[in-house]
Amino acid sequence: MSQKIRQYVHQLLSEGKIKAFLGLREENGHIMPHLFCEPQELEQISLGDRKEPGDARYPLNQLLIRLAREHPDDTFAVLTRGCDERGLKELFKWNQLNEERVVPVGVGCPDDLARACECEKPFPDCLIDGPQGQKADSEKVARIDGMDLEGRLKFWMGEFDRCIKCFGCRNVCPMCFCNECSIEEESLVGKGEIPPDNPTFHLIRAVHMVGRCIDCGLCEEACPADIPLRTLYKKVADIVSEELGYRTGYSIEEKSPFNIIGG
Amino acid sequence: MEFKAVLTTCPYCGCGCGMLLQVLDGKLVAVLPSKTAPVNQGKLCVKGWTVHEFVTSPKRLTTPLVRKDGTLRESSWDEALDMAAMRLREIKKEEGPDSIAIFASAKCTNEENYLLQKFCRVAIGTNNIDHCARL
Repeated sequence: MSQKIRQYVHQLLSEGKIKAFLGLREENGHIMPHLFCEPQELEQISLGDRKEPGDARYPLNQLLIRLAREHPDDTFAVLTRGCDERGLKELFKWNQLNEERVVPVGVGCPDDLARACECEKPFPDCLIDGPQGQKADSEKVARIDGMDLEGRLKFWMGEFDRCIKCFGCRNVCPMCFCNECSIEEESLVGKGEIPPDNPTFHLIRAVHMVGRCIDCGLCEEACPADIPLRTLYKKVADIVSEELGYRTGYSIEEKSPFNIIGG
Repeated sequence: MEFKAVLTTCPYCGCGCGMLLQVLDGKLVAVLPSKTAPVNQGKLCVKGWTVHEFVTSPKRLTTPLVRKDGTLRESSWDEALDMAAMRLREIKKEEGPDSIAIFASAKCTNEENYLLQKFCRVAIGTNNIDHCARL
């Protein structure tokens, strides 16, 4: 599948349209982020599929923000799945990236990955390769919604209390870009306590990610305690969609209501 | 312009989690868990996630310190090693080898830890050796 991507990026690099391509490379059985500066490096390109589709994805947009801050006048291409494209759209609106300096290189996710992610749109508009897959239904949210209030609280408290407060969900997040972080604010969350104040700790993050979370699922994959964070954030996104009519990462113009409230 | 993800092993404990150090223009800026490392499979603990911070920390020791007149002062390696050897020898002679204990580290390699226990058991003559990574 990576042949079309390779050709497309090769052309971008050769024609000097981009300074470099931020993607993934495979070496000695390991997949890792890589900044491809020369066309001949593209032989090593990977789409993040090791044993299963998309099982070695990384927060490329987070790295892109870091690169762009150091090199604001350069244009970078970036490997972009459906979720990554939702991320780019929000990051442009939150002024974390300059749209004119980013060339998304779109790859569609196969159906089994889309189903595992329960993804709303498993392909980007800028599709270069890969399928234009179907929206997958969210059964996980429906299952928890099916519990009564008491059962739901018990379920979430049981999940949250396994938290070892590694901050991995925040650290891996491609949409976390604040200089000061609410979940490290001592007046909200006590220092040196494991598990943290629950449900406060996890709900602070869930609420803060409204209008930012693009449902990439990297937080859940990074969680050493297997807390179903993605299901939590999907539910929060559903509430915001129903109550405020905003769906994160779909419009290039319309800003999140929380972006406006926050100034 | 240079960006590198350098695959390495977390230096903190004995688990050996695989991690990717992010190096931007020659500067260590962040860390990511390796998704393809069999031990940790894309996860890290809070220490692993902050591993890049101590490398450039201004609090990091860059020279040995020797206590003189109750105050720690920077010294050369020769001076520090001479002082340690002299005092260990004196203490062993006065109080016996079991008055000395050695504390090893998960930040060392296996070979360094092997040498340390050998030094402890053979050169000093005590079994008082332990390490920081009791998981």
